[in-house]
Amino acid sequence: MLSLKSFHTPRQWVMFAAAGCTLLALPLLNQLAPGVVPDRMVPLVGKFLCFALLALAMDLVWGYTGVLSLGHAVFFALGGYAMGMYLMRAIGTEGVYRSELPDFMVFLDWKELPWYWRGFDNFAFAASMALIVPAVLALIFGFFAFRSRIKGVYFSIITQALTYALMLLMFRNETGFGGNNGMTDFKRLLGYSIADQGTKRGLYVATVIALLGSYLLCRYIVTSKLGRVLLALRDAESRVMFSGYEPLGYKLFVWTTSATLCGLAGALYVPQVGIINPSELAPANSIEIAIWVAVGGRATLVGGAFGALIVNGTKSWLTAAYPELWLYALGLIFIAVTLFLPQGIVGLFARKGKAAAAPQPEPEIAPAIADEKVPSQA
Amino acid sequence: MTTESASSEVRVHTVSPELPRLGMNVQPILWVDNVSVSFEGFKALTNLTLQLDPGELRCIIGPNGAGKTTMMDVITGKTRPDTGRVYMFGQALDLTEKSEAEIARLGIGRKFQRPTVFENLTVFENLELALKTNKGVWSSLFARLSSEQSDRISQALTTINLTGRVHTQAGLLAHGQKQWLEIGMLLVQDPKVLLVDEPVAGMTHREMDRTAELLQQLAGEHTVVVVEHDMDFVRSIAKRVTVLHEGRVLAEGSMDEVQNDAKVIEVYLGSEAAQREQEKAC
Repeated sequence: MLSLKSFHTPRQWVMFAAAGCTLLALPLLNQLAPGVVPDRMVPLVGKFLCFALLALAMDLVWGYTGVLSLGHAVFFALGGYAMGMYLMRAIGTEGVYRSELPDFMVFLDWKELPWYWRGFDNFAFAASMALIVPAVLALIFGFFAFRSRIKGVYFSIITQALTYALMLLMFRNETGFGGNNGMTDFKRLLGYSIADQGTKRGLYVATVIALLGSYLLCRYIVTSKLGRVLLALRDAESRVMFSGYEPLGYKLFVWTTSATLCGLAGALYVPQVGIINPSELAPANSIEIAIWVAVGGRATLVGGAFGALIVNGTKSWLTAAYPELWLYALGLIFIAVTLFLPQGIVGLFARKGKAAAAPQPEPEIAPAIADEKVPSQA
Repeated sequence: MTTESASSEVRVHTVSPELPRLGMNVQPILWVDNVSVSFEGFKALTNLTLQLDPGELRCIIGPNGAGKTTMMDVITGKTRPDTGRVYMFGQALDLTEKSEAEIARLGIGRKFQRPTVFENLTVFENLELALKTNKGVWSSLFARLSSEQSDRISQALTTINLTGRVHTQAGLLAHGQKQWLEIGMLLVQDPKVLLVDEPVAGMTHREMDRTAELLQQLAGEHTVVVVEHDMDFVRSIAKRVTVLHEGRVLAEGSMDEVQNDAKVIEVYLGSEAAQREQEKAC
């Protein structure tokens, strides 16, 4: 058989396992040696890993398919709100007003739960909604946008408008999602106390599993024939059509998959940071996701995830040390990457790796065909 | 296809005065029927009618703006005609109602003027994507190449002389090699009709000869339509030539007939004379 891009080379599997072990060492060290890894590190890194998952989803549509979404925070926030609704219901009567209803509803003088809150006291229902709602919205939005062949900057602008519109909607009290305060003061998740360090470690581990699992899913997609169709769509859409592929179905598939992963990230994010409010939907947030992917390296999957960790790590440190410098730093990072690292940070390593492996070009390929019949190459 | 539709087909042919050359029982594989297209008032095609027999090699020539590319756009579904129809297999299928991808799957392959290949994929992957197979999302997600399919790809690689570069990124190929890769992609797509837009643009003489040979090989099994500016090349391959001018068929026949046609001479020489005058003015 001719070799195509393989799922993972043995070396990549080793690196994947090493990354998994490193990530899982953090909560273990926190438990065994709290002096080395303080308690606040666990939810902080857990939050970054949610962003890494978000970046992974972004890379799938932007890096591989060439569809730049500047509204991915929408799907992230919807997943977050779905989980937030469960966490609000799980408070029970321990709220400030000792009511069955969430506090903000009592404050608004609502007497009963709106219909769309039904079922959210069930974790399994809420967790599935965290994936289904973003997926369905993506499917509907994507259908109309891709069917009308909206592309490039026009698509990006419409997605910005989408996140802005949802932000305005969520800001309103009567929408029933907590208005501008959003949802917070969570108490329990599946019976475990949210404030408990053990719960935080559990959430962290769940995030690591979600991230690694999603990475494998994305890796499967991009190394399948479908992944090559996506790259082809990015580079020469008309040729793809004239080869017999309907771009609509392919774009919808990758767009909806990406949105679902964003929903997953949002659902894991909210219990770790303890709050969800409309500020997550600010247009700038969606743009930042694109910056993470650009910094890390597009169309590499790991690049986006690394970019999210590096940019957010820097942000976390700078906003504490020199708060007024952060936005300048973000701008500088973006300009520097655009000018000097068009392939992102991962591209830098890949280039070095290629230079080192130059004596034996393309070592992974086994051109069976060339062995069979070698033509006289003039 | 029922015999009924076939007989109605023949009737249409016999009453149409423009189409005397088709035999009573030959169904055209492609039939552009009275197509008009205009862009914001500019008439790109005016009542264009064109019929192609199965397996023929047809060259289409004409000065710039004659509507050659627009005609290809209409056939492949990129442009919808204002009036008129495009039929495939007699009148069995109306292509003007189908999407680009559907038309491609029905068996119309198109080579663009500028070589259009997937630059970030390897030669092999380019052919893999073009291969005639189920093009749905789910089958692509779980697709595995069968040995028969790899054979088809390796066959095409030999035909287009790119076997040695099977794992080269298509973007790194020379211009002529890209042209061939694109032709190879059409081959594995196994189309009934191949539309080839300026296949030898930017090729060396040697490459041109090989391309001529290749296109002649393909005709017979496939119907090949070549749009070309290079008259020497057209002369070397053409049996039938259609001359387009201002969105209509100006003349049709063998190369000799067409070259001696008074209208064709006027259009070509006329435009050349106009060009010379323009150059003088500059």
